[in-house]
Amino acid sequence: MLEVQRISKTFNAGTVNEKKAIQNLSLTLRDGEFATIVGSNGAGKSTLFNAIAGTFYVDQGSVTLNGADITFLPEHKRSSSIGHLFQDPLKGTAPHMTIEENLAVAYLRTARRGSLFSRVTKKDRELFREKLRELDMGLEDRMKTPVGLLSGGQRQALTLLMATMVTPELLLLDEHTAALDPVTAEKVLELTKRVVSEGKLSCLMITHNMQQALSLGTRTIMMDGGRIVLDLSGDARKGMTVPDLLEQFAAKSGQKFDNDRILLSTIEEQE
Amino acid sequence: MAGFFSLNVLQTALEVGLIYGLVALALFISFSILNIADLSTDGCFTLGCAVGAMLTIAGHPILALFAAMAAGVLSGYVTAFLQTRLGVESILAGIIVNTALYTINLAVMGFSSNVSIFGRDTVFTLTRGLLGDSPTSRILVLAALLAVVCILLIRFFGTTLGLSIRATGDSPDMVSASSINPKLTITVGLCLSNSLTALSGCLIGQYNKTCDINLGTGMVTIALASLIIGEVFAGKKGGVARRVFCVVLGSIVYRFIIAIALRLNISTEYFKLVSAVIVAVAIATPRVRERAKLERIKSMSRRMRAERKEGAADA
Repeated sequence: MLEVQRISKTFNAGTVNEKKAIQNLSLTLRDGEFATIVGSNGAGKSTLFNAIAGTFYVDQGSVTLNGADITFLPEHKRSSSIGHLFQDPLKGTAPHMTIEENLAVAYLRTARRGSLFSRVTKKDRELFREKLRELDMGLEDRMKTPVGLLSGGQRQALTLLMATMVTPELLLLDEHTAALDPVTAEKVLELTKRVVSEGKLSCLMITHNMQQALSLGTRTIMMDGGRIVLDLSGDARKGMTVPDLLEQFAAKSGQKFDNDRILLSTIEEQE
Repeated sequence: MAGFFSLNVLQTALEVGLIYGLVALALFISFSILNIADLSTDGCFTLGCAVGAMLTIAGHPILALFAAMAAGVLSGYVTAFLQTRLGVESILAGIIVNTALYTINLAVMGFSSNVSIFGRDTVFTLTRGLLGDSPTSRILVLAALLAVVCILLIRFFGTTLGLSIRATGDSPDMVSASSINPKLTITVGLCLSNSLTALSGCLIGQYNKTCDINLGTGMVTIALASLIIGEVFAGKKGGVARRVFCVVLGSIVYRFIIAIALRLNISTEYFKLVSAVIVAVAIATPRVRERAKLERIKSMSRRMRAERKEGAADA
């Protein structure tokens, strides 16, 4: 269970560029819950993720994961239990290392904690091959290929595999399909759904696609100005349509939704 | 070939190439793998030589090798500490340590700028008894040592820690999202790299039977030249094993180039300039090539536009 309690984060405090990215935000995610997050530009979605992942420490409040207070735990220590995927497919993998080496970095560190000198065994290699086969991209026969030669979609699928090979306590997906072409994005999304449901993962996913925000997972969270303005689940969520959601947003935040990408994707769907 | 080179010149080039190959490997770790320009190489090389020379004089030529490596680890640790814990720019951290090492090296040598180890046992005299004839035995000893170092390095880069070090240099974004502590990997990498540099310095000291405070000047450029030559041999898709061996090969080739230059009666004073030019040219080549390509495209499109205009005027 993830418990974010009253966290705040201000960037460039005391300067003209001061930006209150998150203000007094609280959020509880139960075990196995899959929530989508939408919000306008600069709403603090990615900042929330970075605060949970430990890219920086929050100014106030606390973050607890499965009972352990991780508020001031360094990022690399959190990342053994938190998987974090970014929009940029280049960010999650090392381009000059082979597929096998990338998987080994992700797997050996978490599966055999503390042993710095363990190597990839035949059994590990079999496991990698099996997992790669599940991606259905033919990567299982290219284990010695440098990752830099793969397409963005393949790299993102590989990153997802790396983040979930050892089941994380929490998975953070930061618009991880937004930079992919529609067909590949759909494939990576299908893969995401499968991995999340098979592993019963607790997952937070930022998306700019309102339809996805309502259809994926079990809960929809809307953010604005560093706060959560809407938190839907259960029956309240079932009856929601995209126009309803936009209307709700306007009512809650007193302004129109201004994430250009969201609006574009909404228009596309209506056509 | 045999007429142009005496056997002696070839042997010397091979021996020295193998010894300097260790510095090239050190730079391979810091520059190619970790993506850090470690400018403490010059001072660290002299440090290894000074520490090794003092212990060799004291009658411990084998211990000298390990002591030199330990000194190198310490020097690498300071450089890494400055950049990972105290936020000093990596290049500046190297320069600071390099400057500090000048004094340290003098102190190790008893505040004299030159120490002679003539007449003392070295690893080379010790093994002579074992293998007979000296130039061949020297080459055998060095080749065996380099082979061991290379194999250990290749093995190491397949371990969790080794892979993490490679990931640190290859994809900083991935590292911060994986459970890798970049401070640890950079520290281990620089310690390892500097231990090889110092080992090389120690061997050169025993080889030349002398240690000079200015021995290491320009070493980083020479090693980079060897490294770049080696990476050309390895090609773009080479795995770690191939790259490691090619770096050593690069160092040997560099020494052969120097041997040719010597044979052509080029004065030794020019060598550092030549090394600098090799490095500058090698690093600049991809950029210059790109620029040339762009210029070609530009002139072609200009020509096409002019032709189109002419065609329009004719019509």
